[in-house]
Amino acid sequence: MQKSTGFEIVEARFLAPDIKLFKIKAPLIAEKQKPGQFVIIRIHDRGERVPLTIADADPARGTITIIVQGIGKTTKLLNMLESGDRIMDIVGPLGHPSEVEKFGTVVVIGGGVGTAIAYPTARAFKQAGNYVIGIIGGRTKDLVILENEMRAVSDELYITTDDGSYGEKGLVIDPLKRLIAEKRKIDRVLAIGPIPMMRAVAEVTKPHNIKTIVSLNPIMVDGTGMCGGCRVIVSGQTRFACVEGPEFDAHLVDFDSLQKRNAMYREFEKLALERFLQNPQAELEAISHHCKLQELLNQQK
Amino acid sequence: MNSDTAHQTPAVPPALAEGGAQVPSKPLTARERMKIQRQPMPEQPAEERTRNFAEVNLGLPERIAMVEAERCLQCKDAKCVSGCPVQVDIPRFIQHVAQGNLAAAAECLLNDNALPAITGRVCPQETQCEVRCIRGAKGLPVAIGYLERFVADWAYRNLDLTPAKPPVPSGRKVAIVGAGPAGLTAAGELIKHGHDVTVFEALHRPGGVLVYGIPEFRLPKRIVDEEVNRLKAAGVKIECNVVIGRTYTIDELRRNFDAIFIANGAGLPVFMNVPGENAKGVYSANEYLTRVNLMAAYKFPEADTPVLHGRRVAVVGGGNVAMDAARTAKRMGAEHSIIVYRRTRSEMPARAEEVHHAEQEGIEFEFLVAPVEVLHDEKNWVTGLRCQRMKLGEPDASGRPRPVPIPGSEFEIPCDMVIVAVGTRANPLLTQTCPDLKLDKRGQIVVDENLMTSIPGVFAGGDIIRGAATVILAMGDGKLAAQKISEYLARKAVTA
Repeated sequence: MQKSTGFEIVEARFLAPDIKLFKIKAPLIAEKQKPGQFVIIRIHDRGERVPLTIADADPARGTITIIVQGIGKTTKLLNMLESGDRIMDIVGPLGHPSEVEKFGTVVVIGGGVGTAIAYPTARAFKQAGNYVIGIIGGRTKDLVILENEMRAVSDELYITTDDGSYGEKGLVIDPLKRLIAEKRKIDRVLAIGPIPMMRAVAEVTKPHNIKTIVSLNPIMVDGTGMCGGCRVIVSGQTRFACVEGPEFDAHLVDFDSLQKRNAMYREFEKLALERFLQNPQAELEAISHHCKLQELLNQQK
Repeated sequence: MNSDTAHQTPAVPPALAEGGAQVPSKPLTARERMKIQRQPMPEQPAEERTRNFAEVNLGLPERIAMVEAERCLQCKDAKCVSGCPVQVDIPRFIQHVAQGNLAAAAECLLNDNALPAITGRVCPQETQCEVRCIRGAKGLPVAIGYLERFVADWAYRNLDLTPAKPPVPSGRKVAIVGAGPAGLTAAGELIKHGHDVTVFEALHRPGGVLVYGIPEFRLPKRIVDEEVNRLKAAGVKIECNVVIGRTYTIDELRRNFDAIFIANGAGLPVFMNVPGENAKGVYSANEYLTRVNLMAAYKFPEADTPVLHGRRVAVVGGGNVAMDAARTAKRMGAEHSIIVYRRTRSEMPARAEEVHHAEQEGIEFEFLVAPVEVLHDEKNWVTGLRCQRMKLGEPDASGRPRPVPIPGSEFEIPCDMVIVAVGTRANPLLTQTCPDLKLDKRGQIVVDENLMTSIPGVFAGGDIIRGAATVILAMGDGKLAAQKISEYLARKAVTA
């Protein structure tokens, strides 16, 4: 079982600028996790708790995979870590697993780093005998990730970039609109990515009554239902995304309220990031010293 | 405490109110004891403490504690003991204090109470032990809580509390779900019986409400750490970052442990269910306090977790959690921190001492007021709380008069932050994944008189069986459960 010495990173590599894949030793979580679930991590003892979806797991090796986009202080610091470094706390698996059964034809849409979250469920859909149509996209070529992985589990795969630098020029909803216009049979859509993208997908599918699921990304603290920081409005009701989600029926989600709530700490986030960017190396060294000290102390016991 | 006079004292109390400056060497008569006045608790001045998170109460100096101990009449049939949920032998430990025999006092106290430094700080003594003190009939009761705290603090500074020799191993394994007051108390008792005890905690730090809920200024976190370290030294294993219901199910635990004690609390916050509740700047008290206490958001940006700073903060509720949130907001720089409570001051469930401290710190009170809507601007930031005035009606199920809205009485409290402290419910995360566990209508686990659930060998206690209650009641459950679990394991050993 995991001790307080933290969780060892066994592999770390960039998939795209600012998007890094980590394989981390967490045998218990690796054994238990199901597609759609997430972990909460805390890098060091002054760190914050941040939720990250489990992109893959290898129970035999006892590792979980997370894919992190460096946006704010914590994710940028995380992306400076390398193989052999340790993360102080990882708790999980959290949240409800994705609902996976044989629906028929399923369209799985991943926007940017959202593809990492959609991928394990896409694979599970495929294994359950569904006809999987993948649509992945990003603002630009660099931000299209997991193309090979998605291709391996999709019967058809469409790629879009906002600037046309790769795949077709446009948004991920464009191939979806086309499929609908072609009267293709679609039994379910799973869309994961930035809020405006998930909202756009919901607007496309709603008039056609195509069941659409989104994975919401509200701010979280504990991830176990004790604070309600992650509350979202679904069907006019307050729901806690960490225990009742993170996946919800896209046609019932109040995206507007979610987007506004996610901007709640913008000023704080800016300040933390600016302060960090003045000397990121110092922060990294401070935590690695801490880790080494902890290791030394544990050895002496 | 039925009077506020105990608090109307200078920060540093007089050495002795009456009867001279020395502790007398020969036993006092009852008459002499009755003459000694209750010794006040030295505290940080209000204007200073609202600018820091340091502890408000400073603890009794040794000589003052001995004077206070002399006030105890050493009743034969001591009523105070029956008021204590863990039945501390109060007269005996106090007698040791009066005699200056602090090691004996500590031994006596720790024998009955696993976490005295905590209970001495957070128990509502005025409704438990002290309310039954015979001296309270005429004047002020013995300051049992202050003395308990004094002895515990003294013991931590002066004694080596690791057990001299470990108990004989029973060969039995017990799992405890939740490292809050109930779980930690049960762990401390079970380890004494020689069981192999593992506590599973979902958060990254053990302590439950003691670390995420109760603020530093009321309960310094180092005290919780000391208690936890003492348990670890005694052999208790604590596994953080494990969520029972997700990481393991109860069924899986049953395969690896001979008995289980579920003490996961009532951590699910209740919201008001009024329009605007999802606006930016509305927190559950759990979230606000977790950010500030557990995540040390008051140190941002030295600590990474942010928290909003309200200038005008409305806190809805009248319990200890509401007081903690309002006093925390004040320390976070709020110019106005306003308690909004739907009944009157006398129905407030918060401890008298906390209400008094809040008043000293300039917390404002709006009584007989209930929110009907959270107002916000176009960017969804809170701008105020629309409220309705109430009057008291007939008693409700809790025995307290029901607040009845006064039609046409709506008004606004301008504010930029709202903290909802109207209670918590049982968290369904664990129980959902264990369908065999019998629950009541409120989602709380049903137990028999031995605290055993509908699953043999699985016990439960604390807030998960009684709803949001007090630290000491949870500890009482932990103590009782440990005893019943040991009896169950002994029976099982015979039949097995």
